[in-house]
Order: sequence, then structure tokens, then C-alpha cells
Amino acid sequence: MPSYSLKINGKSEQVEADADTPLLWALRDHLDMVGTKFGCGVAQCGACTVHVNGSAVRSCQLPVSSLDGMEITTIEGLSEDGSHPVQQAWKEIDVPQCGYCQAGQIMTAAAFLESNPNPTMDEIKNNMHGNICRCGAYNRIQKAVALAAKKMS
Amino acid sequence: MSTSSMKFSRRGFLKTSALSGGGILIGFNMFTACSPNAEVPKEVVDISQLNFNDFNAFIKIADNGVVTIFSPNPEIGQGVKTAMPMIIAEELDVAWDNVHVVQAPLDNVNYQRQVAGGSQSIRFGWEPLRQTGATTRQMLVMAAAAKWGVDPSECSTSEGVITNAKGETLGYGEVVKKAAALEVPENVPLKEPKDFKIIGTDAGNVDIDKIITGKPLYGLDYKTEGMVYASVLRPPSFGKKLDSFDDTATKEVSGVIDVIKFDDKVAVLANSTWQAMKGKKALKATWSNGSPMESTEAHDKTLIGLLNGNKFETLRKDGDVKKAFSEADEVVERTYESPFLPHNCMEPMNFYANVTDDKIHLVGPIQTPARTANQIAQKLGRNPEEVALEMTRMGGGFGRRLYGDFALEAAEISNLAKKPVKVVFSREDDMTAGIYRPSIKYRIAASLKDGQITGYHLKEASINSNMYGLIPNFFPAGAIANYQVDVAKYDSNITTGAWRAPYTNFLSFAEQSFFDEIAEKLELDPIQMRLDLLQKVKGTTDDRIQYSAERMEEVINLAVDKSGYYNEEAGVYKGFVAYYCHNTHVAEVAEVVLENNQPVVRKVTCAVDCGIVVNPLGALNQIEGGIVDGVGHTLYGDFIFNDGAPHVNNFDKYRLIRMKEAPEVETHFVKNNLSPTGLGEPTLPPAGAAIAIAIKNATGKRTYKQPLVKNMANAVELG
Ligand code: FES
Ligand code: FES
Repeated sequence: MPSYSLKINGKSEQVEADADTPLLWALRDHLDMVGTKFGCGVAQCGACTVHVNGSAVRSCQLPVSSLDGMEITTIEGLSEDGSHPVQQAWKEIDVPQCGYCQAGQIMTAAAFLESNPNPTMDEIKNNMHGNICRCGAYNRIQKAVALAAKKMS
Repeated sequence: MSTSSMKFSRRGFLKTSALSGGGILIGFNMFTACSPNAEVPKEVVDISQLNFNDFNAFIKIADNGVVTIFSPNPEIGQGVKTAMPMIIAEELDVAWDNVHVVQAPLDNVNYQRQVAGGSQSIRFGWEPLRQTGATTRQMLVMAAAAKWGVDPSECSTSEGVITNAKGETLGYGEVVKKAAALEVPENVPLKEPKDFKIIGTDAGNVDIDKIITGKPLYGLDYKTEGMVYASVLRPPSFGKKLDSFDDTATKEVSGVIDVIKFDDKVAVLANSTWQAMKGKKALKATWSNGSPMESTEAHDKTLIGLLNGNKFETLRKDGDVKKAFSEADEVVERTYESPFLPHNCMEPMNFYANVTDDKIHLVGPIQTPARTANQIAQKLGRNPEEVALEMTRMGGGFGRRLYGDFALEAAEISNLAKKPVKVVFSREDDMTAGIYRPSIKYRIAASLKDGQITGYHLKEASINSNMYGLIPNFFPAGAIANYQVDVAKYDSNITTGAWRAPYTNFLSFAEQSFFDEIAEKLELDPIQMRLDLLQKVKGTTDDRIQYSAERMEEVINLAVDKSGYYNEEAGVYKGFVAYYCHNTHVAEVAEVVLENNQPVVRKVTCAVDCGIVVNPLGALNQIEGGIVDGVGHTLYGDFIFNDGAPHVNNFDKYRLIRMKEAPEVETHFVKNNLSPTGLGEPTLPPAGAAIAIAIKNATGKRTYKQPLVKNMANAVELG
């Protein structure tokens, strides 16, 4: 079995997995980092969103063999203790219902706010449109992204 | 107003004991006590004879005064893991910040009511949870009073501290040992709602820190040493049977450990989820038809045939509908149609099982732990006492996790493989091996005479099951003298079951759209027409009637007022609905605007009477979610069967509502001191009708079939 060296949350991690193993499953099954969620496996829901070199990407579509030298950040590494402004905003607004989609929502929002620290409501909606929340917590997600933007500015 | 209408017996449902490490443990049996028709034990129960296994919920008070509440009800996102402990903490009189909440496992398979479903957890839990908190508080007060040598009535409590008349204080932690030795008092008074300090305040989700930092919480996150992953090949269509399979290619997939046939399925076991899924894809199987392959086209014909026929079961009959129809100026009849719907919980179905010779260990997301544990014991020919089931937080339920099919699969596979196994559904598995909301058609006819509705005849044609018995007693039952509800069903091999707000999720669309159309015909204001009908129900002696005309009136007036329903705003079209289900009264006003000539749902204003609101922050989340869910499925939910299989299997083709399509939701509560009722479901059913009516007011066209985007005249694209 091939072995890959991945840079995750600032640490180098060794993963023994088939070349086509998506990062999602390498994280969850091989590295016991289960914060990144499985929702669809076909890049449609955003539950598996992580950052690669600072951009939000769908980890269910990223083979471990394609990540050499890339900086990967997962929900576990966004902050050590939940102190990232997006996480804090999520807590303040009490966004989650079942909570399952929220790691992906937070990762999408965090990358978005890095590139657009002062978004309009329409820009927030456009950017979060790719992440499904089956529980329908969209009103609060929107508010939390706006609050996080405020915290970050 | 009384704060409770439910009787229950406290005798024998509480037990206390001292903890060896200090502190007190109070056990109580939630599910016997919370049962709607709780059995009152006839003879006096000797508490010392009770085994602690008989208690499935506990309060632990440590020597340092920290309170841990073991919450017994499964959490599917509806917030009970926060709200139920809040109720205990209120009567116990402790600071919410000092309370830890832990999900309690299923201790004993005999407790049937450890169930999340029907928006009933809070309704049935209200009284016993308060009694539990109040009784425990009383014991602590008695212990302190004895220490001081004063009468308990001279003591007061606040935030976990007992104070006597002289102003001396003792923390709960200081008297727990003494309290644990006391007899459990009877008839402890409850707080007046005006004195509530925790109930009615905003409490955040108790799992929030874990959720936002990605800690393991859900079934899919659970893992044990030596566990293997299973991906299951199931029949590709409903009605297919497995003939044979070839696993040559599967066995070549790296990481695949075993291939196991069970029932009409084949499980591929592997070292990781990905390898198990790959192994399953490599399986080749041949299938034959065990029963006919069904289709939506055939169902449509069958259901219309049922509506046209005369093989109905009558669920309620008042007066003489036939006579009213024959004497009418006009009879209006409309047919409303809905598709099957998958639940699509965000977390796909999964379960862990470790079946060994001496016990069965099960872990995962399930709404019916007791029933599932029993089913598994039965299937494997084991004693139910050998089954231990732990519940995890659930990535959504919506009714799907009431059924334990996936847990049963895990147990069967583990039993055959002699290994701990985690069954994981792919999204495709989840969508195609579902237990769907059945496709249902309603036909409603009303007779109109002299500007009044004189008769109302509702017919339901459904797949596999019909509406439950209470629904025919919802509005407009009691308001129209000649009223009849008839049901008929067709038995399909496609599995169906409960889906958030069963039956009412579409019945509301049909009836409320119909009322709107009748009001238009009679040239009446649609809201005034409903208020006039409600007048006729007031003072009814018919105790089958489920809703309250007065409470309905209140939500209607509140929604009208807060939404500014009668204030005309250029380019904004409104739709009004008032509905009762799951013991909660709701009125909603939807606002639609036209953008590039396309209707867009901009906002829904909602008025809710759910009695006392235990946790407004959580309640608002449920309300918003229910409305967004109702809007989304009404607009987009499309699920067609051809040759026994659904036409879509993942989110690329199955459209769920997303951020830009979600309306803003504004909620207002009716304030009263009535016992709380559920919120997980009641705001969903009215939402679909409210937007359909608003769209009609915007476009002039009514749509009788869901999903709306597909069936609206000219198939207008929304969003
Ligand atoms: S799991 Fe990757 S987008 Fe859905
Ligand atoms: S909170 Fe449940 S899917 Fe988003």
C-alpha cells in the first residue's frame, strides 16, 4: 500500500492508503479526524469542506495522491479551542440544529471571509449556496457569517 | 390557567442513592412517567426493591454542587437534549451554567417510550421532569433544614444555594449526603410560571462546542478497536430478489476482508469505508423479480382510481354530506397530488454492532432505541437483556431513524462475521433504500349555498397507510355541519413510513389551498372566512375535536398583525394559512415577489402557540427549520419511481433547498402559561400552502400538484 505524507493543520501526517482514497476518508478512517463529514460523496453538499492552501474545497473529491506539498486545514485545525471568529459567531447565534453540516458550513465561511472580509448579504448567500443544510438553518448561517465578518474586521 | 392537564404518578418513579465518591444520584423513569396514559401502580412500590436499571434518566449532584443531568431522549436536532434538562434545572433551582448534560444510554430494553417522534418529547416530559426537579430540591431543603434544626418551610433556594430565615446558607453540594438518606417526599408543589428563571430564557445547544470544533458526536464518527466497515449491496429495485453474485473483482480490491450474503443483500467488509464502498461497486449480482416492479405512472392511475371508486373507510362522518351536496348552489371539487419523498438526513444511515456470544453491543443514531434493540434480539434469537444500545447524536432524523433497518443489518453482519462492524450507507444507498413519505392524493369537495360552506368531503388515497385517527378531527371538523373523511390505500412493495409531520405535511397543502380557493369563489376574505368558521366550533361539546378555536384565533390575529397582512405593498403577494397539528397552533403569512417575472419566496411570518416556550433560542431554530423544510420540499421535492427504482439517487439530481432559496423567517409566540407542546413538526405543514397561495396571488395560477417548480403552469423556475 502506498504511503502519503500530508500536511494537515500544520503537522505532517503519514497516511497509508490507496492512491484514489479521497482526503475525506483518509481524514476520517485513517487519521481519526472525524470533524470533516460525509454527506454525498459527489461534491454536491459541502459537508466535507476543508481548506487546501487556504481555499475551501470538497475533500470527498480529492484523492490523497494529489495533495503533495499542500497545506490542508480541517475543522479541527481552524483553531485549537473553537476561538476562530467564525466558530465564535456560530456559537453566539446558536446556529446548529442537528449540527451535522456545520463543520462544512464553518469551513466554507472561514475561507470566504479571508478573501472577502466585508461581504454584502447577497455575497454571503451566493458563497454559502453550495453547502446544504438539511435542517434548514440558513437564516442563522447567514447571520453568523455576517457576525463573523464583523468580528474579523 | 392551569399549567398542566396530564395526570401522572410519581410513586415509584424516583429513587435516590448516595454515591461512593460523594454526592447523590437521583434516578427516575422518564418513560413510564411520561407515557400519555401512564400506568399508575396499584400497590405501594417499595423503592428499595427497585433495581437501578429500572431508571433511565438520572440527576447527579456532586459534593461541589455541580449538577449532571443524563438526558434520556434521542437527539435528532430538535433540541430536547437542551430543553428537557432545562425543565429539571428550573424546578431544582440551580444555575444553568452549573449543569452538565450527558446523553443517557438505553439501559433496559423494556422502556418503549425512549422515542423521538411526533413532537411529543417535551409535551409528555413537562410534568414528570418538573416533578423530578422539584422533589429533588425539596429533599435538599429538608436535609439543610434538619441540619439547622428549622422547618423546611422557612428555607428558600436560589441557584443551588439554600438560605434560612436567619440568612445562613448551605450549598446543595454540602447537604447531598444527608438528602440521599431521606425518604422521597410526595406532593411537592411546583413553581408558578411567573417565577421561572431558566424556562423561557435562551439556552444554547449543549453540544455546541463539540459541533463547532469537529469532535466525534455522531454515529458515523463512532469507532472501536478492531472494527471493520461494511458497505451493503441491496436490491436495485423494490421487488427484486438476489439470484447470485460474483465477488471475484471485489476480493481483489485492497482492504476488502470478507464478502457476506444475508437476506437478499451482500455485505462487503473492509478496513476502511472507502475500500468497502469500492468493493461493493465491484460486485456483480443477478436479480430476479420477486414481486412486480412498480412505477409512479401506475401509482398515479391507481390512486386516482381509488378516489373515483367507492372502497373507502370512513374515519369521521357528521351530518349528511350527500344531502348537502344535492341541495347546494354549487359543489367545488379539487384534487391535490404529492410525490414520494426521501428523508435525506444529512448524516447517511449507519450503525455499529458487535455481536458476541455473551452480548450484543449496538451504537448509533436511532430514534427508537428500545424497539430496535428488541427487533435485533428477536432476529438473532437472543435474549433482549443481552442487548446494550447506546445512542449517538443524530445528523437529522425527520422520521427516517424511527426505523431500525440499518441497525438490524449491522447486527446481522456482525453476527455472521464475528467482528465488530460499522454499516455505512452511501448517499445513493440512503436515497434508494429508503422508507419514504408515501405518495398521497387528496380530493376535497365542498358544497356552497347562500354564501356558506354547507358540506365538506375529504378523500385520501395513499400508498401503504392512511392518516392516523386524530387527523379527521382537525380543522374544519366541527365547523361544518356536514363533514366526512374517507380514506383508501394501495399496498405497494415500496417501503414507506413517517416523514416529518406525517400526512399533515401534504394534507395542509391540500386543505389550505382549497379554503383559499373557496374564499375566492365566495368573494370572502380568506382570513375572515376561517374566523367565521372558527366561531362555529366555540363551545363545542364534541371532545374528539383536537384544536382550540380560541387558540387558533389568537395565532391568526397575531400573524395578521405582525406580518402587516392587510398593508398593501406594491409587488409583494401574500399567502395566509392557519393550521393545527402535533398539539400546536400555527399561522403563517408567506410573501412572494416577482423577479424577472419569476416568483421568489421572500419571507414567512409565523405566529405560534406552543404553550410555554421552554427554550426560545432552540424553539426559533425548530420553527425556522420547519418552514424552510416545508418551503423546500413543496417547491423542489421530486421523486419518481420507474421499474421499482427511484429516478434519482444523490444531490446532483435531487434538489434540496439551499441558502439563496430560503426565505427569511420571522416568528412571534402567543404568550400563555399552558403546558408546552412540540415544535419539531407543526410549522412545516402550513408553509407549503402559504407559498402556493402567495404564488397564486402573484401569478394568477393555482398549482394542485407538488413539487411546484415542476408543476406550476409553464414550469416556472424559482430562486
Ligand atoms: S460529501 Fe463532499 S460535497 Fe458532499
Ligand atoms: S444543522 Fe442539520 S444539516 Fe445543517
